[in-house]
Formats: sequence, C-alpha cells, structure tokens
Amino acid sequence: MKKNVKIKITYVAIYILFLIVSFILGYNPGKEIAFNFISFLIYMLKILPCAFILIGLFEVWVKKEVIEKHLGEESGIRGYAWVILLAGTIAGGLLVAFPIAYSLYNKGAKLSIVFTYVGAAAICRIPMTLYEASFMGVKFTAIRLLVSLPLVIVTSILLENYLSKRNYKMLEGR
Amino acid sequence: MYYTYAITGLTLLISFIINKQKTIKAIKISFIKFKKISPTFITMLIFVSIILFLFPDEVISNYLGNSSKFISVLLASFIGSITLMPGFVAFPLSGILLTKGVPYMVLSAFTTTLMMVGIITFPLEKEYFGVKVTVIRNTISFFIALIVAIITGIFFGEIFL
Repeated sequence: MKKNVKIKITYVAIYILFLIVSFILGYNPGKEIAFNFISFLIYMLKILPCAFILIGLFEVWVKKEVIEKHLGEESGIRGYAWVILLAGTIAGGLLVAFPIAYSLYNKGAKLSIVFTYVGAAAICRIPMTLYEASFMGVKFTAIRLLVSLPLVIVTSILLENYLSKRNYKMLEGR
Repeated sequence: MYYTYAITGLTLLISFIINKQKTIKAIKISFIKFKKISPTFITMLIFVSIILFLFPDEVISNYLGNSSKFISVLLASFIGSITLMPGFVAFPLSGILLTKGVPYMVLSAFTTTLMMVGIITFPLEKEYFGVKVTVIRNTISFFIALIVAIITGIFFGEIFL
C-alpha cells in the first residue's frame, strides 16, 4: 500500500514538473495539457460537491429498510423504474454515478438495480437527452434510448446472476 | 447544472431545519467520502488531460468523416470509449459532424460509447466495483453501443438489409 502511494506521488510530481517546465520553455503541448486539466478540474468541481453532499444526506436520512424494500431483492419491475427515474434526474454522468451506485448498494439495493442505475445515469439523464435531441433530432435520441435501456436492464440482470453465483461483494469503506 | 445546485441547497436547508446534528453528520460523511476518492479523481484528470490533447475535436472529426461506414463505426466506438467529454461538448460536435455528412450510425456509436464506456474512468470505477466487474460492465456497454449504432443505421436507411 505504502509503495503504491509513493509511485502515485512520483508520477503526479513528474506530471506537474512537466507542465511547469512547459510553461517556462513555452512548449505548447504541455500548455494544452495543463489547460485540459484545469478546464476538466473546474467541470468536476462544479458537480462533485453537490453529488457528495447529496450522498451524505442520503446515507444519514434514508433507512436501509426503505431501500431494501423498493430496490432490494423483492423489488421487482418497480425497482427498475424507480432507479431509472433517479438516474434521469441526477446530473453528472458516470463520474457521479459510481459513488451514488455504491451508496445504493450499501443501503441494500440489489446488484442488477445498481448496474441499471449506472447504465441509466450514462444514457438517459433527462436534461442531456433533451439537449441531444436538439442537436441530433428526436428520432436519433428515441432509437438510442429505446434500444439501449432494455439492453442495460437485461444485461444488468444477467450480470447479477453471474456475480451472485460467485459471491461477489463490492469493496468496503469507500 | 443550476437546478442541481438548487435541489442540493434546498435539500440541505430542509435537512438542517429538521435535524441539525444529522445534517452536520451528513456533511462529515460527504467530506470523508470525497477525501478518500479524490486522489483517484486526480489520477483520472491527468489521463483526461493527456487523452484530450491526443484526440482534439479536429482529429476526432477526421477519423469519423473518412473511410467506409463500418470502419468509421468501429473507429467511433473506439474513440468514444477512450475519451471523456461532457454532453455539452459532445452533442454540438456531433451536430456539426452530421451537417458534414457523417452518418447517424457513426455518431450514435461515438456518443453512446462516450457516455457508457469509460476507459479513462477505469481507475475510479474499480475503486467502487473492483477490477473484474469494471471490465465486464465496460465490455457489455461497448457491445450495447454497437447494437444501438447498427439499429440506428437500419432506421436511418444507412444499412440495407
């Protein structure tokens, strides 16, 4: 573990050094990379604090029994509908979806629902879908949603079956 | 974006009014979780900054616009898988490519892999799901994107059966 941390610090240091040297020497690729880094950092800092605050509130307020009942083993089709609705309304895409999915799982949501959440958060966020349709046309967006969403649900169920046979557990303490 | 702030702010406020202690605890949990995962975010940002340098918009346009449709679909899903782009950048770009005559199915492969497959987000995803599940989920997503692209092609008359 310690060694891993050292390696990480080393390559981050090399990266930063490279950017600094690029600025001093006026090396353009280095400057562009720095610009990419900063613009993406800003993008993430706009979304992530909100997401993590909501996760914190979720952990404190939502009872495990509620999630187990609506998104757990006995939830049925309704569970998928709930989780797709939830995914559709939360901004941020995959980056935000992973920590949220993880919290859902720890509160007792079943795996197929958790994976459906991740897939749905990627493909059917409502604001993004409207935005997409305005550029690509309604037909394009409709085909994409109608084809991908059922596939996401089916593959999530298959993945759950596969993993539960192998006693899969998510990592702890994230 | 702004409605996310509004919802978060409002939820936080209501929570605070109902129970101060619980709200403070919630913020502590948020902070701890964020702190734990932030090194992974930095790693990911470093990858993103380099990948976006190697694949700027012009390069993506070049790759998607040329060669045969099927090679373009494969290239598009490959590029979509390794890059990471917010929707507000990806869709205007796709809109421009569409007017340049890039087929719908190619753009479908590009945008769907962009959203669903995250090779760049791999370090982050594996922190939560583990390596094996991350690999499986991304592989499945890649094939879902290909299926979506093919069906898009059929409906827009770009593939003739």
